[in-house]
Amino acid sequence: MNVDWSIIINFLPQLFHGAKITLYITVIGLIGGISLGALIGLMRAYGGYFLNTLAFIYVEIIRGTPIVVQVMFLYFALPVLVDIRIDPMTTAILAIVINAGAYVAEIVRGAVLSISKGLTEAGRAIGLPRWKVVVYIVGPLAFRRLIPPLGNQCIVSLKDTSLFIVIGVGELTRTGQEIMAANFRAVEIWTAVAVFYLIMTGTLSLLLRIIEKRMKIL
Amino acid sequence: MSAIIEFKNVSKHFGPLKVLEEVDLEINRGEVVVLIGPSGSGKSTLLRCINGLEMITSGDLLVDGQSVKGGNKILREIRQEAGMVFQQFNLFPQMTALENIAFGQRHVRGMGRKAAKISAQELLEKVGLGDKSQHYPHELSGGQQQRVAIARALAIKPKVMLFDEPTSALDPELKQEVLNVMRQLAEEQMTMVVVTHEMSFAKQVGTRLIFMEHGKIAVDGSPADVIDNPPNERMEDFLRHV
Repeated sequence: MNVDWSIIINFLPQLFHGAKITLYITVIGLIGGISLGALIGLMRAYGGYFLNTLAFIYVEIIRGTPIVVQVMFLYFALPVLVDIRIDPMTTAILAIVINAGAYVAEIVRGAVLSISKGLTEAGRAIGLPRWKVVVYIVGPLAFRRLIPPLGNQCIVSLKDTSLFIVIGVGELTRTGQEIMAANFRAVEIWTAVAVFYLIMTGTLSLLLRIIEKRMKIL
Repeated sequence: MSAIIEFKNVSKHFGPLKVLEEVDLEINRGEVVVLIGPSGSGKSTLLRCINGLEMITSGDLLVDGQSVKGGNKILREIRQEAGMVFQQFNLFPQMTALENIAFGQRHVRGMGRKAAKISAQELLEKVGLGDKSQHYPHELSGGQQQRVAIARALAIKPKVMLFDEPTSALDPELKQEVLNVMRQLAEEQMTMVVVTHEMSFAKQVGTRLIFMEHGKIAVDGSPADVIDNPPNERMEDFLRHV
């Protein structure tokens, strides 16, 4: 067995480029996913029968199917069904938005429901309209409880980008695969790829811990 | 017409459970009505119907001439006329004592930030907590929290105050400080409806006592009379146990 760690240096630019694409998909995807999730979660918590059911169906479909199937569906089935063809990069971002959206929705719903009903009543009892109760009272409290599970979802979504290898997006895992195909340096390359992921997820974890610490958790 | 709260044949059902049954009741300005009764008799529900935290099933309920069935806008107006104090205080935990009080003034009454702060400080002093303005609810004792909650309700300048077992979650020695604030309010001619088990408060401060049973008003009279001579057996039995 010969393992030569020094060869990694030659491939660092390539790996960095892959990591950049991974990060790009993650960040844009999560911005969309968290926005969508917040909306769907509020629909679940406050919506009437119709909105609630609609949101519920969405969450169940996404949670109930593997993300690979969702990606395949977006990339290969959608063009056939409705004649919309989207490039791999857009597909990847869209898949993160839709997938993270469902999980974030449940996180938001849970956080909102965990806030004591008495506080909502106290807000309503002083004559606040419902939206002000949500924005000024329940919202800020729910937000604090949201941070830990939301951080978890960010890490999951970041790692999920690795499976966009199936539609040929040149993210980090795909980059590793390509390098591997040329020189068969499995140990060195996959170790390097893993370390790159660890650095990204580790940074995210650290960031979250700082946010959590700075916020008083009530 | 001096009635500020009028129950007209009000019923409230939770599914098959009849919590209030055909209640007729008029409460006049300046009255201090004490509601007592065994648990499940409907006294809290009756109180919560007044500000629409529970919607009545049938009949009509007027607060200062407006029906609780008048829709969201009317309901918000009613809630501004009827302040409520809860058993569990329900102070907003992310806000200081001062902010809790100023919040409603700013967002409901549209008062400016500065004016709201000044008036909130005055209210804190009124309930004897002038030095606690920058404290968060978790830094206050139960009795102090409840006094802040009373100030928060008063900040909206209500015409009626509704108290839902305001001292039930408090240690005996903390009850008095809350009851004293309520006594002071009564002296200022505030109209009050109080669900409580504090019989001495009922006797000293109450102008009217209502004993509820099975969703109906079983006894309605002057506290001194009906506490000393309960007109029915159930009430006599109830009083022996509080």
